[in-house]
Amino acid sequence: MVEWSDFERATIQDIFSKMEYEVVGPAALSRCLVVYPWTQRYFGNFGNLYNAAAIIANPMVAKHGTTILHGLDRAVKNMDDIKATYAELSVLHSEKLHVDPDNFKLLSDCLTIVVAAKLGKAFTGDVQAAFQKFLAVVVSSLGMQYH
Amino acid sequence: MSLTQKDKAAVKALWAKISKSADAIGSDALSRMLTVYPQTKTYFSHWPDMSPGSAPVKAHGKKVMGGINLAVSKIDDLTNGLLELSEQHAFQLRVDPTNFKILSHCVLVVVSSMFPNDFTPEAHVAFDKFLTAVALALSEKYR
Repeated sequence: MVEWSDFERATIQDIFSKMEYEVVGPAALSRCLVVYPWTQRYFGNFGNLYNAAAIIANPMVAKHGTTILHGLDRAVKNMDDIKATYAELSVLHSEKLHVDPDNFKLLSDCLTIVVAAKLGKAFTGDVQAAFQKFLAVVVSSLGMQYH
Repeated sequence: MSLTQKDKAAVKALWAKISKSADAIGSDALSRMLTVYPQTKTYFSHWPDMSPGSAPVKAHGKKVMGGINLAVSKIDDLTNGLLELSEQHAFQLRVDPTNFKILSHCVLVVVSSMFPNDFTPEAHVAFDKFLTAVALALSEKYR
């Protein structure tokens, strides 16, 4: 089980309580599709992903980005058992969606960068450490049921 | 994943906007790296003070960004342009190459936090490719 300090718990709750899901979600997913274009392989039916401008303006990308970010809410509410919380989603990503788990890290790096842009100076080294630790646990849990 | 002309132009454009703050970026990125990835502290045990924003950290951050500045100017031939630094990293510093990725990530986070409007997805992909190419050039002589 993962040990969380009081600071880490408070930091995660704070970031997500102030999260603008409809801005950050789309920004993170579109950034991932631009910065790591091979991730587009999973979105063949999303329409125009031809260039950065098209990706950023794509309404399906925006909607899915928001969905993914809300998917983190479960972990935020169950920080003491993220592994169990995501068991089902892990199976889904493996068996139905066939997503290479390496992609989870790519998206989480983009999310970190978007949150850094939003929080500016408030995104200190300690806050970054807590945020990345949280995302690392999520990423690990999502990959847990792959076989 | 080599740098296209478009990438090089984007890197130079971004650098023009952020280079005035190079020292601050370097100091913040390095401080952040030591905090978020504590294993990187193993390379600096000879410093009296490894805390974020300390004098050795600031000085070293400045040095690292000087290297990045050099790399921008040699963007058309990083392997030859960074030859000296490559030999230094291979034979003296022997920093495990995984750490180039770690520091690059911290630089990206700092640039994003300091320049949210300039660090667009297009600028991000070009700069990430560039830092990857720099890391490759720096590890050229490792084996």
